[in-house]
Amino acid sequence: MSDIFPKWTNRLPLMMITGALLGGTGVTAGVWYYCTNKYANVGYMPVQPVAFSHAIHADQLGMDCRYCHNAVEKSWYSNIPTSTLCMNCHNQVLKDDPKLALVRESAQSGEPIHWVQIHKVPDYVFFNHSVHVNRGLSCVECHGQVNKMDEVHQAKSLNMTFCLDCHRDPAAHLRPLDKITDLDWQPKSEESQRADGAKFMHDWKVESLQNCSTCHR
Amino acid sequence: MADVIANVEIKGPPAGLEREPLVLNQRGLGWISDAIAGVAEGKTPLWWWIAFVPSVIAMSVMGAMIIYLLSTGVGIWGPGHPVMWGWAIINFVWWIGIGHAGTLISAILFLLRQKWRTSINRAAEAMTIFAVMCAGIFPLIHVGRMWFGWWLFPLPNQNSIWPNFRSPLMWDVFAVSTYFTVSALFWFMGLIPDLAVMRDRSKTKLRKFAYGLFSLGWTGSNRHWRNYEKAYLILAGLSTPLVLSVHSIVSMDFSVSQLPGWHTTIFPPYFVAGAVFSGFGMVLSLLIPLRTILKLEDIITVRHVELMCKVVLATGSIVGYAYAMEFFIAWYSGNPYERYAFINRAMGPYAWGYWVMIGCNVIVPQCFWFKRIRSNMLIVFILSIFVNIGMWFERFVIVVISLHRDFMPSNWGYFKPTWVDITTYMGTFGLFFTLFLLFIRFMPIIAITEVKGVTPQADPHHPLGGAKSGGHH
Repeated sequence: MSDIFPKWTNRLPLMMITGALLGGTGVTAGVWYYCTNKYANVGYMPVQPVAFSHAIHADQLGMDCRYCHNAVEKSWYSNIPTSTLCMNCHNQVLKDDPKLALVRESAQSGEPIHWVQIHKVPDYVFFNHSVHVNRGLSCVECHGQVNKMDEVHQAKSLNMTFCLDCHRDPAAHLRPLDKITDLDWQPKSEESQRADGAKFMHDWKVESLQNCSTCHR
Repeated sequence: MADVIANVEIKGPPAGLEREPLVLNQRGLGWISDAIAGVAEGKTPLWWWIAFVPSVIAMSVMGAMIIYLLSTGVGIWGPGHPVMWGWAIINFVWWIGIGHAGTLISAILFLLRQKWRTSINRAAEAMTIFAVMCAGIFPLIHVGRMWFGWWLFPLPNQNSIWPNFRSPLMWDVFAVSTYFTVSALFWFMGLIPDLAVMRDRSKTKLRKFAYGLFSLGWTGSNRHWRNYEKAYLILAGLSTPLVLSVHSIVSMDFSVSQLPGWHTTIFPPYFVAGAVFSGFGMVLSLLIPLRTILKLEDIITVRHVELMCKVVLATGSIVGYAYAMEFFIAWYSGNPYERYAFINRAMGPYAWGYWVMIGCNVIVPQCFWFKRIRSNMLIVFILSIFVNIGMWFERFVIVVISLHRDFMPSNWGYFKPTWVDITTYMGTFGLFFTLFLLFIRFMPIIAITEVKGVTPQADPHHPLGGAKSGGHH
């Protein structure tokens, strides 16, 4: 064959196999790491029109999540309060603070503040807040410890695996209903969480729903 | 030894009962090489361009239709409630079915020692591979979201979703991809000695390099041949079950569902017979013009065509029996929905489709009982086209007629294809013929070395063969 192929071509198969293995591994690892929600979305922290601090309100002052997001137990949607709700306190507290100028203006005119939405699921996903919080799933499971955040960022990946991890094993995540908005709450031990979770699943008829149509209708 | 073998007389069958040789006119080994390899050498003939240019145009139209589909959505196709499966699945099953002749010829006929396969197996295998490619397009594009095609495979992903292994559509993915892989391997392995022939005949550096690369250093040594023959036997054994499994699984796409007309246990064997039937129909449609144009009548002889006609006759009769049995079971089951589904086939709004199918698949192959028809190339060619048409209508009957009237009359409808359906289907012919014409132009279209092995001269006891009187072969 030497009249057709020069000698160096003997090494060609080895070079090609090595190249394919290295290249393939590189591409797989790259996609695995960089092209997932975990990398692309976690930590998303847009600048908001008003520098509202959840850390001050929810942690220092100890306000309940539901003081502002008051529809979360009744609606599929966890509402952002109107500015008039802010004024319940801020017509007395820091009532001339320039940082709150937009809030006062909005409360007066009725034009809502243009908050930037952080936590999004695709439009083909139906997520219902009320059904989750009424069955022992805390805000912290999806939103992280918002009570420690000065500015809110996305803490969890919110991809489908994230949803399914819980849907496949709800007992590991359920907690007593009066601890739903207690973002610092921890179970006593893993064993107690297991035992309580199983009891909650039974009492509240929580099912491990994994049908496509549970979320995609 | 010499004096033992000398003057041994070999008694052949009595006159009038000998078989016609597989290579006619006592053509020598050198002539065979020249005739077959010559097709891929020399100046490109005019007929090739006349066939190639329209094929490429049709293929481009298919590409444009696919882009239109992916950019707009499946609404540009005909399917809609209640016929949610339209031409895409019909074309898929049709092309896959055509692909069945290749493996049957190369694997089953090889294991059964049917020597006549050698003249047709290469082209039939190429046809198989190209037909499976055409078939593969439809499942990939039919939901309009081609970029999710990788969801068909069990690959880990951030959605934690996994294919449903209880779905026959999933089995299809594995059946068809296995079939394609094994067919391509088989085809390529069979090509190696012939590619070496092409390499050694090459005049230009580029051809030498390309054929040299793909002939994998074949020198024709005894050792190469020993390994080659063993590997060929193993691959033939591996692909034999595939001839039966692929179309059985395709049939389960339908029979696993509960729709009257689909929910039938006869489907797997009936589909396999239909697939072989349509595959041989297509082989005949391709090879009859080719043997004339390329002047290969001495290698692809009338006897070969006749034998293929007999396969068409046998499988066509099985298909006809299956049609009859479907009707019998529909009556015998006593199930009103099942009965209605079949009455509606023969007498409903799509009855024309049903009778086209019966005419082409049941009546046409019965002509092949007659030797005068079997040995008239023009008539065989025309009838083979009818076989192809009939098998397309079989899938149309199964898919559309069963779907358009199911259990509730309020749910009935009438399906019409759109121009996009039609041009996409026509475009797959462009893809098929583009690939097939390239194959004719660049590859040995008949297995040179295998044909040499079945010539009379290759038989050492034949007067023209290697054993000379008093010598040792």
